[in-house]
This record gives sequence, structure tokens and C-alpha cells, in this order.
Amino acid sequence: MRALVSSVYLFLYAPIALVVLFSFNAGRNASEFTGFSAAWYGKALSNTFLVSALQNSLMIAFTSATLAAVFGTMAALGMERLGPRMRAFFDALFAAAIVVPGVVIGIATLVALVAVFSFVNPALAMIWPGDHPPQLGLGYGSIIAAHGLFSMALVAMIVKARIASLGRDIVEASSDLYATPLTTFRLIVLPQILPSILAGFLLAFTFSFDDFIIAFFVAGSKTTLPIYVFASIRRGVTPEINAIATLVLVASLLLILTARVLMRETKSKSGE
Amino acid sequence: MTSDSNDIEFRSVAKRYGSVTAVSDISLGVPKGAFVALLGPSGCGKTTCLRMIGGFEQPSAGMVYIGGQPMNGVPAYRRPVNMVFQQYALFPHLDVEQNVAYGLKQMRPRIAAAEISRRAREALEMVRLAGFGKRRIHEMSGGQQQRVALARAIVNKPKVLLLDEPLAALDKKLRTAMQIELQSLQRELGITFMLVTHDQEEALSMSDLVCVMNAGRVVQIGPPQEIYDRPANLFVADFVGKTNRIAATIEPGANAVRLANGVGLAKPARANGTAGAAMVAFRPESISLVRDDTATLHGTVTHRIFLGSSVEYSVEVDGLGDFLVTADRRSLDESDLAEPGERIGLRFDPNAMHVFPA
Repeated sequence: MRALVSSVYLFLYAPIALVVLFSFNAGRNASEFTGFSAAWYGKALSNTFLVSALQNSLMIAFTSATLAAVFGTMAALGMERLGPRMRAFFDALFAAAIVVPGVVIGIATLVALVAVFSFVNPALAMIWPGDHPPQLGLGYGSIIAAHGLFSMALVAMIVKARIASLGRDIVEASSDLYATPLTTFRLIVLPQILPSILAGFLLAFTFSFDDFIIAFFVAGSKTTLPIYVFASIRRGVTPEINAIATLVLVASLLLILTARVLMRETKSKSGE
Repeated sequence: MTSDSNDIEFRSVAKRYGSVTAVSDISLGVPKGAFVALLGPSGCGKTTCLRMIGGFEQPSAGMVYIGGQPMNGVPAYRRPVNMVFQQYALFPHLDVEQNVAYGLKQMRPRIAAAEISRRAREALEMVRLAGFGKRRIHEMSGGQQQRVALARAIVNKPKVLLLDEPLAALDKKLRTAMQIELQSLQRELGITFMLVTHDQEEALSMSDLVCVMNAGRVVQIGPPQEIYDRPANLFVADFVGKTNRIAATIEPGANAVRLANGVGLAKPARANGTAGAAMVAFRPESISLVRDDTATLHGTVTHRIFLGSSVEYSVEVDGLGDFLVTADRRSLDESDLAEPGERIGLRFDPNAMHVFPA
């Protein structure tokens, strides 16, 4: 039994460990370790294609996570005011959004966007006063929209759990102490749900930063870091790819750990 | 229209949730500076009444006045009342002084910061929590949190202080101490206190006006003594204090009541009641056990519960069933305690008897 468990973990983590190890390989061969070196990190960071893909990814992750945090929180707050039946309905919708496979979200978003563009672009051309009407197309905007939409469900679920643990009576107490609904939100509700919003933001950021599948469908001609890695793999695995993978791994782990700490803090505070 | 001497006035107030009626047609006035208790079993509508004063619920019908001003449609944050919540509802992310200062900070026109912290500290002193201002809420015990909640409410000098079962979460000793403290605080401040409780002892001991509620209605309103000594009906007699109830008949024309076992008693002068079936009620302490021939009823002692300052007997009365009798210890010699199994006589003053329609 112990051997089985060990082999499962070995199977899961050994490849990842190898990637990290080989990112420090001095040699060029990806199957033979010839000595420690950080050279591939330097090489990766001086690769302009890679750096621009990284910048794209960071920008998309930040924007989509911000949108998700704002709208996800609004959704969670709004759901508080629904009747039990409607709330269960929206709960199910959010949960469904999280379990739908990335491929399906990718295809669905692509189809929907293309349909919208083919309808909106001619209309824009008709009403546009100048000679060169703007054309909507796939690109950063469509990736941000797809990621933001998915992450919004994630944020809403996390923030909703926190709101549920807040209890109605501190909101009533604030109102009893002459605070208008807006002041109550600012001084009582927001400070207490902020850690969960931040946790949601970080998870959304990580999701977007790591996502390949959805981005692959809706990116158009743009390149994100996972898409760049995928494309360069076809030219063979180099230690440079390993270096990038290690960087992404470390960044993701840090973000997720921070999110977990934030969520745990939320939980222990409400557990009193 | 409303009397100026009333801080709270309900006029034909009703509250319905869908098809459920929580409060039906309540009219009542609470004079300025009174300590009033809304007393009743759970689900009787007392909390709903309190929440309608606080502004967390709006009446379905009727009018609620605070200090002579109609309050229908006025949100909680514009009402000159403050509430002490059952679970205290303190703000966990603020320290004790910030909690207490919260209401003052919301007041318009604005109060100077120095004045706010001076008044907050003063309120904390009043509830004997001076020096606790910088503590976090979760560092305070249940009793201390209760005081913070109290300070947070009284610091605003509301017209009316609402207390929703404020002592329910405290242990018995702390509860008794808080009862006395609340009472002296109320006299000191001169603010009208309105307390919701299901504990009759709490209501009787603290308030100067008790409003007994049942099934969404006010059953009786009056000073604690009056509620205890002259209950308006069988429900009040049963709910407030302990009561022995006996089925009886009021004799037509005669001033007599015949108990179910055939014993006749003189009807007390204040008891009005038409001839026919009735219910008679006695307080356990209005009955004494005797061994001579002055007894009106006879029975057998079944249980004896020694309570320290008094002794409670359970007596199986011939033809009437179990009676509860409380005997003051001072009136008994140690050797004079009745023993379980002993035949004993029961004597009572017919004037201590309450007669209700069956």
C-alpha cells in the first residue's frame, strides 16, 4: 500500500521535479544533466518573443482577475438578496461554470464571439462617420472576456461563502447605529469580505496566467506565455522551456499559497 | 394625537409574513423613562414588536410612534433608538472603543473626534470597562461583550433602548448581576428601556411595566405586582409564576364556587364570572399545609423538594389531583416538615383564589 502511494506521488511529481532540475542544466541536451547553471534563465529572459508573451499574459491575467473580482463580488452580494429558490438556481449556474471543461468554454466562447463580431462589425461600418470603422476581432479583449467570465464564478463562490458566515445582525447593528446602507457596506461588510475578494483575485490571476486551452481558442493572432511555450515545444524541448516552466510554477504556487492563507484567515475569524 | 408622555406608542399595529400573522392589532403606550418588559413564550410576536420599533421590520398595518413622531417607513438608521442584540452583534474587525464610537461617528452634524473618544470612554466607564478600549472583541468574555454592546447603544443617548433577550447567553450568576446593573443604569440615564424576554423572573424583577404577550397579542399590561397578583386570564396565571389550576363551577345566583371534587368555596369579591363552568387558580405560596380541622381540602404528600429557603410539596388532593404547595421555611419547625405519604390538610384564603372562565 505504501509502495503504491509512493509510486503515485512519484508519478505525479517526478516529472515536475525533473523540469525544475533540468532548468539548471548547464548542457543543451534535455536528457543528460551536465552541471548546474542559471544560464538558461538568462537566455529565456533575453528572448524578446518570450518576454512579450509574458507581458501579455501578465496584462491579461491582471485585467481579467480585476474584472472577475469586481463583478464576482457584486454577484455574490446581489445573490444575498434573492429568494432561496433563485439563489439555489444561480448557485448551480456558478458551480456549473467551474466544472465545464476548458475545451467547451473555449469553443463556446469562440463561436459566440465570432457570431457577435459578424453581426456588430457590419453595423459599426454602417453607422461609423469616418472612412475607417473599428473592427472588433479576436485578441487581448476576447481572452480577457473569456477568462474574466470564468473567474467571476470562482470569485463569486469564494466571496459568497464569506458573506454567508458574516451574519445578518452586524449589518442590522450598523444600521441601528445610524449608518446608511452605503456606509454599512464601506465600514462593516467590505473590510470583512476583503480577504476573500483578494483570495478570489489571486486564484483568478493564477487561472488566467496558467490557462492554455481557452486562450488557444480565442487568442486570434496574440500570444500568451502558455501559447508561446506550446508553440516552441514543437521545435523541441530546450532547457530554456524548462526555465520558463519553473518560473511559472513558482509564481503560481506563491499566488495560490497566498490565496489559501487569506481564505483560512477569513475562516478562523468567522469561526469565533 | 399621541400623548407627549409616551416614548413608544403602537396603534392597531399588525405584522404579517405572507399568510402568517406574527402580530395582530396591538395598541400600547410606553411612558417616558419607563422600564418595560415584553414577556411571552417564543413565537408570541415580542421580538417582532421590538424590531418594528428598531426599524428592521415595517408594520403591515397600524402606526408606530417614537417620541410622538410617526415612524412608518423610516429606516432603522434614521430612528432615535438603539438596540442591544441578542448575540451582541459587535463588529469583530474594530476594537472595543471603535465599536462604541461607531454610532457617534455616523451622527450629522459631525461630532469632533476628541469629543467622540471622550464620550466613548465615558460610556465604557459606565459599564465598568474603563481601560478596555483598545482590546479586540474576541479577547473579551461573553459578559464583557455584553457590556460593550450596552455601551455602544447608550453612548448615543437614544430616546429608547431596545434589549433583545440581552441576558440569555450569560450564566445564572452573571445574569443576576447584569439585571441589577441594567436597572441602575436605566435609573441613572432616565432613558426608556424596552426589554424582550421569555424569562418571567427577569421581566418581573427588572421592569416597572410588564407587557405579557401571547399569539401575537398583548394579553395584559401592568406593573409586575399586578401581573403576578391579578393575572388577567389563565394564560398569564400559568406563564407568570407557578399556578395550581382546578376545574370548577360557579353556582348560579350564589356567591360560591364549587370545585370539581364537590367542595364549595366562597367566591372572592373581585372575581366576576357568570354562572357555569370555570377555572380556579391558586399560587403555590397562597396555600398552607395544616394538620388541624381548619383545612378546606385534604390530600396525601407525594414529593418534598427542599429548596433551602423554602420547601416545595407535591400533594395529591382527594378528587382534584396534584397540587404544588410552597411553604416558607420560617413558618416551619424542622420537625414540622410534612413527610411523603402523610395525610395532610390544605388551607387557603379564598381571596387569594383567581376565577377564570373555563
